[in-house]
Amino acid sequence: MSAHAEAHEHHGPPPIHYSSRVSPATLGMFLFIASEIMLFGSFFTVYFFVRVVNNGVNGVWPPPPYHRPAFVAGVNTLILVTSSFTMHWADTSIKKGNRRGMQAGLVLTVLLGLTFLLTQIVEYHRLGFNTSDTSFAATFFGLTGLHGAHVFVGLTILTVMMVRAFRGHFSPEHHHGIEIGGIYWHFVDVMWIVVYVTVYLL
Amino acid sequence: MQNPFRSEEAAFRFVWVTIGYFGLIVIGSLINAWVGLAVFIVLTAGGAWYLLTRRSDEEQPERQAPATHADAEHRILVVANETVGGSVLLGTIREHAAGRTVRVRVVCPALNSPLKHWVSDEDAARGAAEARLERSLASLRAAGLGAEGEIGDGDPIQAIEDALRTFAPDELIVSTHPPGRSNWLERGVVEHARERFDLPLTHVIVDLEAEQS
Repeated sequence: MSAHAEAHEHHGPPPIHYSSRVSPATLGMFLFIASEIMLFGSFFTVYFFVRVVNNGVNGVWPPPPYHRPAFVAGVNTLILVTSSFTMHWADTSIKKGNRRGMQAGLVLTVLLGLTFLLTQIVEYHRLGFNTSDTSFAATFFGLTGLHGAHVFVGLTILTVMMVRAFRGHFSPEHHHGIEIGGIYWHFVDVMWIVVYVTVYLL
Repeated sequence: MQNPFRSEEAAFRFVWVTIGYFGLIVIGSLINAWVGLAVFIVLTAGGAWYLLTRRSDEEQPERQAPATHADAEHRILVVANETVGGSVLLGTIREHAAGRTVRVRVVCPALNSPLKHWVSDEDAARGAAEARLERSLASLRAAGLGAEGEIGDGDPIQAIEDALRTFAPDELIVSTHPPGRSNWLERGVVEHARERFDLPLTHVIVDLEAEQS
């Protein structure tokens, strides 16, 4: 169809022309990621500062008598990575018009996310130290707690998506909610991998 | 650079990239702290190089055909920076206009530094572009060519894209400095314009230093 013919068939206002070649959605996601990098970056900066200072004293990290529950956190990592799979399943299912797959994927993702959050809360109770004990404890809770808050926000988004999915929303053509929620969930997963490796393993 | 979170699928892939990246660093660290550091440096440098050199999907040329115009006139869109007043460019425009009714629009991108662009400090850049444009239009009119002009976006591709929406040209003329002195050539502006716009494109090289000497 020629541009001329198209102009005759077009009704309503002209299509939006953005002055930038970066689409609003991409720009928004860039700004969001930039803000999150700054937020997590400030917490990591504090963590590494505290770590470097304490390593200078005795060369052991974390400082005795603290220990990091790496195994439990490792299991939690597997749970969160698995939830990324189920999230991706939900997204690909709705793209193919498979509503059952989308609903199952979302339910599993929410359940896995809840399991992660509950496991982290149980882990906090069993750690044997609290936020005000030392700078290590404060930064440990600060980083993992910040991530936990992101998981909570992600779970809220996922729950809304799940309710909408069971109410018949979303289709292969219109599934922006699933797409955006999925991106956020994967971002939370990526941040956990960084936190887990940095705080629990290295 | 590609946004790793541009879609759910891309974000899911990025989860795997992150697992691989940190997994290798952890394995290196288990062998020796220095090995871990070396793995970190190599992977980070390699990843940065890959991200910065790879052309993103969003930048893949999406060929655009300009809107047609009913007039019998031939429309030429000229995009030029400092070379806008060059005699080679004026000669080329005259050559392309010979023997037909033409309408020429000259677009002068408001060239600015990245920092000033990001803080929206464009007044000086627009002022300079306006002065260049006025000189160029005066030269074209003196040569008997009816020409109009506008200040364009600092990005020449964006400036062309903007002009296509209001001018509907039949051909494009892009003027640059010679290779080695042209920032536009270094950035591949002419190639990108050829790929992106479904229009005949003439590239004119203007050597201002040679013209002035």
